[in-house]
Parts: sequence; C-alpha cells; structure tokens
Amino acid sequence: MNVLVCVKRVPATGGRVTLTPDARAIDTSLLGFTTSPHEECAVEEAARLVEAGGGTSTVLTLGPEAAIEQLRDAMAVGIERAVLLETDGTEWGPAATAAAIADAVRARESADGEPFGLLLFGNEAADSADYQVGVRVAVALDRPCVTGVKRLDVGAGAVRAWRERDGAWDVYEMPLPAVVTVREGINLPRYPSVPGRLRARRKDVERAPARRVPVADAVLTRLRLPAQAEHRVEILGTGPEAVPPVVEVLRQLGLVGR
Amino acid sequence: MSSLPSHARVVIVGAGIVGNSVAWHLARLGWRDIVLIDKGPLPDPGGSTGHASNFIFLTDHSREMTAFTLDSVRQYVELDVFTRSGGIEVARTPERMEELQRRLASSRSWGVEAELIGPSRAQELVPYLDERVILCGFHTPGVGVVDSLRAGTLMRERAAALGALVTFPSTEVTGIDVEDGRVAAVRTDLGDVWTDTVVVCSGVWSPRIARMAGASIPLTPAVHQMISVGPVPLFAGTPGEISYPIVRDMDTNMYERQHGSDLEVGSFAHRPILMEADDIPSIAAAALSPTQLSFTAEDFDPQMEQALELMPSILGDERVGIRHAINGLLSLTPDGAPILGETPEVRGLWSAAAIWIKEAPGIGRTIAEWMTTGTPEIDPHGSDIARFYPHQRAAAQVRARSAEGFNKTYGIVHPAEQWASNRDVRLSPFNARERDLGAVFFETAGWERPFWYTSNERLLAEYGERVMPRAAEWESRWWSPIINAEHLALRDRVGMVDLSAFAILDVAGPGALAALQRIAVAEMDVPVGRVVYTPLLNAAGGIVADLTIMRLGQERFRIVTGGGGGMRDRKWIADHLPPDGSVQLFDATSAWCTLGVWGPRARDLVASVTEDDVSDAGFPFATCRQITIGSVPVLASRISYVGELGWELYAPMEQGQRLWDTLWAAGKPRGVVPVGIGVYATTARLEKGYRAHGNDWTWSTRWWRPEWPTAG
Repeated sequence: MNVLVCVKRVPATGGRVTLTPDARAIDTSLLGFTTSPHEECAVEEAARLVEAGGGTSTVLTLGPEAAIEQLRDAMAVGIERAVLLETDGTEWGPAATAAAIADAVRARESADGEPFGLLLFGNEAADSADYQVGVRVAVALDRPCVTGVKRLDVGAGAVRAWRERDGAWDVYEMPLPAVVTVREGINLPRYPSVPGRLRARRKDVERAPARRVPVADAVLTRLRLPAQAEHRVEILGTGPEAVPPVVEVLRQLGLVGR
Repeated sequence: MSSLPSHARVVIVGAGIVGNSVAWHLARLGWRDIVLIDKGPLPDPGGSTGHASNFIFLTDHSREMTAFTLDSVRQYVELDVFTRSGGIEVARTPERMEELQRRLASSRSWGVEAELIGPSRAQELVPYLDERVILCGFHTPGVGVVDSLRAGTLMRERAAALGALVTFPSTEVTGIDVEDGRVAAVRTDLGDVWTDTVVVCSGVWSPRIARMAGASIPLTPAVHQMISVGPVPLFAGTPGEISYPIVRDMDTNMYERQHGSDLEVGSFAHRPILMEADDIPSIAAAALSPTQLSFTAEDFDPQMEQALELMPSILGDERVGIRHAINGLLSLTPDGAPILGETPEVRGLWSAAAIWIKEAPGIGRTIAEWMTTGTPEIDPHGSDIARFYPHQRAAAQVRARSAEGFNKTYGIVHPAEQWASNRDVRLSPFNARERDLGAVFFETAGWERPFWYTSNERLLAEYGERVMPRAAEWESRWWSPIINAEHLALRDRVGMVDLSAFAILDVAGPGALAALQRIAVAEMDVPVGRVVYTPLLNAAGGIVADLTIMRLGQERFRIVTGGGGGMRDRKWIADHLPPDGSVQLFDATSAWCTLGVWGPRARDLVASVTEDDVSDAGFPFATCRQITIGSVPVLASRISYVGELGWELYAPMEQGQRLWDTLWAAGKPRGVVPVGIGVYATTARLEKGYRAHGNDWTWSTRWWRPEWPTAG
C-alpha cells in the first residue's frame, strides 16, 4: 500500500510566544522550525505501515522552500519520497491548503496509476490549529475519514481506526483508500540515525508550485496572547529530606502509584 | 528568599561556572558581602555552562592557557567532579602528524604527560574508532570530563558556608551606575545594591552588561553545533558517564565523546554563525535555554559524513538515533583569548568573559587574586581586557576576526600566522615607500609593519652562505631568508626600520617625577635629555612591562613602549598616577611616527642630513635631543634594541614621509637598506640579548637579580 503523509513547517516555540508587530503571526526571527508533533507521529506511522506491509511512503508539504528541512526530517526516519508544494511563504487558509493538496494527490495518483491507500495527516497543526485540512482533503477526494486517531490497524482493503474519547475508544472501520488524521501518542516516533540523515540529504525533493484556487477561506485577522503563568521554581528541599515531597509531586502527577 | 542587601563589597553578575569560581575564590581570599546575581534559575541559569560538553584537554600552545587549564583540573579534582577518561587527538594528514608532534613538545614544556600513539593503539583505546582513517594519535591520559554545574553549586555552597556569599537567581540586572569613572551601584529588578566593584561573568551576555556601565567587552556570541546520538549498544554496560577516551578529530574540526549511553559529536567546522548579545532569546521565550538555539541541520550534515568515516560502528548503526541536536552559543573574541581584568573605561568594573569550562576555575582564582592582591600567580597578560585598542573593540573587527578564528579552533596555527580580515587599519607615513620597496606586512595592534622587504632579495646573493637557511617547512613559514640578509646588512652598513607602532605616552605635571619614581624600577631623577630603559613591576616583583622613558623636561617625560602591549601599559601607568591631578597622561601615539636608523654607518648618515652635533661626545648613548633632519624637526633618542649604533627618530606623523625620503636619499651612497621587524624584533634583539615582554619575561618573572641589561 502506498501511503502519503502531509506535514507542516511550524515555528519551534519556547515557553513564551512573541507576536509580530501586526499581531497576525508568531515572531519567528529568533526561532527555529519543526514539524507539528501530531504530524511527526503521522510520519512515524507511515514509515511503520510501509516497513510492515510494503508499498511506498511519500511525504508532502505545502509551504516555503525552507520547508524542505521538514521533508528531509521525514525522509531521515524512513519516508522514501518527498513533494514540496511551494508557496511564496505567506500563510494559507485551510480551505486553500486542502484544495491544493487534493489537486496534488489527484495528479500524483494519476501519474502513478494507483491511489494512495492512506492519506495521513496530523490532527491539527501546532501553530494554526484549524483541524480542517485532513477533513477537507477527504471531502474533496470523496474518501472516508476519521480524525483524532490514536491507533491504526490496516487489513486487506480496509483500515480500523481507534479514537480515544473520555477514557473509552471509538473504533471505526473504513474501506481503502481513506484519510486519517492522527494524534500524538499513536506511536513513539523514532530518532533519525546518522545514515538516515545522510540518505535524506542525498535524496531529491520533487517540487511543484502550489496552485492557489480562489476559495472562501477563514482569514486570520489578529492573534492575541493569553495571560501566561510565570514559571515558578520551588525548592522542595535538599538531600534526603527532599525525597518525600518529590514522591508526593510524582504521585499527584500520576507517575507513581499510591 | 532574603532580600537584596543595600550594600555589597562586590556584585558578581552571572552564576555560570565563571561567576561561581570568582565568588568562591574571593570568599576564600577573605572578601565578604559578596552578592552573586543571575537572571536565570539555579543550578543551570541557561548560559553556556548548561550545555557545555564539559571535557577538558590539557595542552594548549599558550603557556597562559595551559596554566589556567591545569589549575582548573586541580580544582575540579579537589571538588570531586572530575572523571578521568583520557583523550586522543587524531591525525588524518601528514601535516597534522607534525602538528601533534609540536603539541607533544608543548605538553612536555608545560609538564603535561602525553604520548604519540599509532592507529592500532588508538583503536585499542577507542574500539569504535576506525584505525584505517587515521595516521596517528596524540594521547593525553589526564584528559577528562567534569560536572561543571555541580562544581558551581559546590563553590557557592563553600562561599556561603564562610558567610561570604548571598546568591540571587532569577534576578535581572537592569543598570550599572558609574560616578567619577567608578562603579557606584547595580540596579536590578529586585532592587538596587550600592557597590564599587562589579565582576561581569555573564558569558555571551557580557557585552550587554558592560555596556550598561559604558564599557565594552569585545566578544561575540557564536554557534557551536553538537548532536548526541544513542542509545549506543557498546555503552550499555559501562558505568558512569564515560569509559572511553574522548576523541578530537582535528582535521575535520570535530570531537566525539561518550556521555552515558550516548555519543556526543561536536563541530567547529561549519560556517561561522555569529549573533548579537541583544538577539539571544529570553529565558521565557527559549525553547530549551537561551543559549541552546534550534539546530540547523544543513550546517552539520557535511560534518556527519566525516564523523561517520571515523566511527562507523556507532554512527553507522541504524538503531542509534540523533536524540539531541543544538546550536549551542559560546563566546568568541577577536584574538581567541579570554577577556579578563578591570575594564580601562570604568574603575571597579571587571570582566571575566569568553572562558571555557576547561579554564574557568583557574581563571576564577586568577581574577580573585588580581582583585584582592593585584598579583595573580598565573600571568594573565595575554587575556587582559586592557590589551584592546579602540579599533579592536569595534563591532566590525570583533565580527571579522571572530569569524576568521572560529574555524581555527582545531586548526594548525603557526605562531606568526597573520589574520586575513580587516587589515590596513593603521598605516605609518612610510607606508607608501614601504610598498614601493616590496614590504611584506605583518600586523601588530592594527599597524601594518614591514616584516621584510622583497626588494632586498638581491642581498641574498651578496651574503651567500652567510644567510642561515631554514630547512624545515614549519620554521620557514611566515619567514624569509631575506630577514637574515637584512640583518647582515644592518650589521655591515645601515638600516632604516619603521617603528611607528610604538605606543607613546607623555606624562607631565608637578608630580610626574615622583609618580614615575614609584612606577619605574630605574632611577628617574636623571638630567633632562636622558633616556632610561626600565622594567615596571607589580607588588610581587613580577615584570608587567619593559620600556624606555625620556626625560624631556623637569616635569615632562615621554614613555615609549611596544605597540603590542601599549594599551595594557597605558592602563597600568594611568592606574598608578596620583588621583590629585598633579600628573597628566597624554597618549601621543597618533602624533609621532618613529624611524630607527642603526648600523655602523648610522652616524655618518644622520650627520649628512643635520647640522646638529651627532658625534659620540656631542650625542652620547642613552640621551635624547631635538634635532633637525633636512627640514623635519625630530626628537632623536640614541638607544637601540638591535645592538648597533644609531637613533630612534620621532617625527610629526605628517612629516614622516619627508623624513624617510631625506634619509633614504642620503643613505643611498652609504648602502642603506630598509630593514623589517623580522630583524628588529627577532634576530637582532636576540643576538644582542634583549628579552621581549610576553615571551622571555612576564608577570611571573620575578625581578630580584640585577641582571637588567644596561648598555645598548
């Protein structure tokens, strides 16, 4: 089965986010960039599915040329092919993004002569958090879709997707091809190896200009920072006397039993 | 938490390894009411200490840096935070093999146990190293790693136990008040502290803190990339942090060290990535810490190939993942040395910056001794903040030289190697003539000085076998046999030497004689017109400078000292003048150019262009006098650093070229040659037996034997 995983280049923010003067974006002048955490898990899931069941894995992003960094990150952990839908660097809304990705999927599937069995997305991007792109692509391609998935079992011609809700599981079955958006926790993404990094560096990235179709889209007008709690450091004690309060904190966090 | 005291003996800004070391040693030496402030939390406030790879190689070609390092290791061992692992610097090229032999020579000079080993022995010690990639290794068994955060905590605790130190983490310095050129108070977001002494131990933020007081610490934050890969199966069973020697892959500018179950790979090979102190993210906004920036993989990828070549069994293992990767910030300086000591701009404002883990406790001790007694045991003159000339503090110079120096971190650097960037900063009035004569310029303190003249190549034929050959490539590098030919011509005939790089300091006023009597060793109450060559000593009898002083009047003296140490000497003298205004110091360096005329025909030459009496009786040795050469008014001083008859001629800068032309024309029939600094500062002064400060004597050279040379 061929798997396509879509990722987004997002700022690697620290504790406190700073906005640009017009308050319409995060100030990234001092920040690095990364892949959204949900999407890192989607990449790992794609790599595992293909390693286990064969087929090809492809990673796609819509973004500026610099987003090649995120494509290489995905190839470094085993994704075979990479596609950059290149933008001019401006932020696209979810409808325009989904339309461009759907177009690219159609074009690639017709070139390959077979559809992707699975299109994997992160549940939402770490920066814009629209929760829309995966669903919109599914609708555009008329494929079934489950969101918020934390476990995935692929069988012959069908996929079973597990979604956690209030401590219980919703379990869905869909015929392939299908669309799944995954959540962090579905797996533990691997670290890239040095040979993996070097292979990724040598691989080609297929580049095409992203085609922006005129669609009604949500427009971001302004960001506002929520009141942020200051970090507080509390010394629980020194030496052996510190052990009981530390254990108590670990208990409160549910990391050790009572 | 207790509140900030209203008064402190000293405020130390920065609680990384440097600030903690300074605090502890000041406490140990008896200071009390020490306040240590850091913007970040403890024990890791977020500076470079927190992400350092924490390993210590012992040998540096610099005696000063090795002394700092060896003292630091002694302290880390005493604190029980040192783990000895051994270390191997490997050579991939024949050039590096030669360099490792030189490192062995330096090691022996400084008393560091070390040996050269073959590739198979290296692989025996480091089984994951591929011996086929290397030609040899330089093995230092005493290399190790430290826990620098733990060391800092212990030093704070010890100082606190003496009742000497209070520490305020999460406290930001917002200003430093200066009154009458001296520190008066430190302002923080927790309140203000009255103090007359501040030590800036703020690492990459040091320029920003110093600027609050109107001083400069010329360093630049720069990125050093490091990745950590693991888990390494081979390391699974090893105890503690490190069981294998640290490897420095010198030819690729990289290092590899075990850190628990991981292998850390660091690089100094990537492009220089410089930052401004003001652009470092705040603690709150930083993803990891302010000095751990996002990794830029494209810079590191080429180095990864080279690391893989050397350590394929670990780095080629698909199960071993890159678990951590950072662009870590460290401090670079325009000449690569730390920046230590009291700033020349502000009394009581001390810098302890651009310091690595390997030398921090030793430097902390040195700074504390310097602050308390003025006479540190280890001579810090090469790191003295007072060494910088104004142009060397300029941001353009700091960036250019720091960038150029970054890739030399593991480089094969010849002691005479010249900087390529930001040259032609200070030009003497003889420069145009020197260029016409094919001068090869070396830089001192920004001055372009001819080291030899290619136009003198014809002298090689003239002197033939008397020109000593330098057969080895290394010793012939940054050298020319022409220097030896110029030397012989100076001894046979007469030479003209551009000495405009001299720092010239006029000391005048009713208290001038009394002040210089205190500052200089030699008798200064000499007749007007005498020239005195003298050392300057610190309180322990260590030699801080050697220079000449001319008595130009009853209350007027002119001090002439080498360009390299000129700014240090100026601060030393200024610091030791009385504060009552009875003596004024004026830096006249930019007013006067200097031309040395020496050789057996020097008197003949000078006499031909002046109507003044320059006979031995009329112008004896060690005297100075105003004469006229052609139409140029010149202060002539009959001394010599080269062991020949002659004068240093000081002329107004703008008339220098005329002075040169006059002597050159008159010198032609007398066989005059332009002579470079290669002769002046190297062969001639060595043959004469003059010592050079910084090489042959230092602060550590004690002045107690009357062996000072007295004649020229």
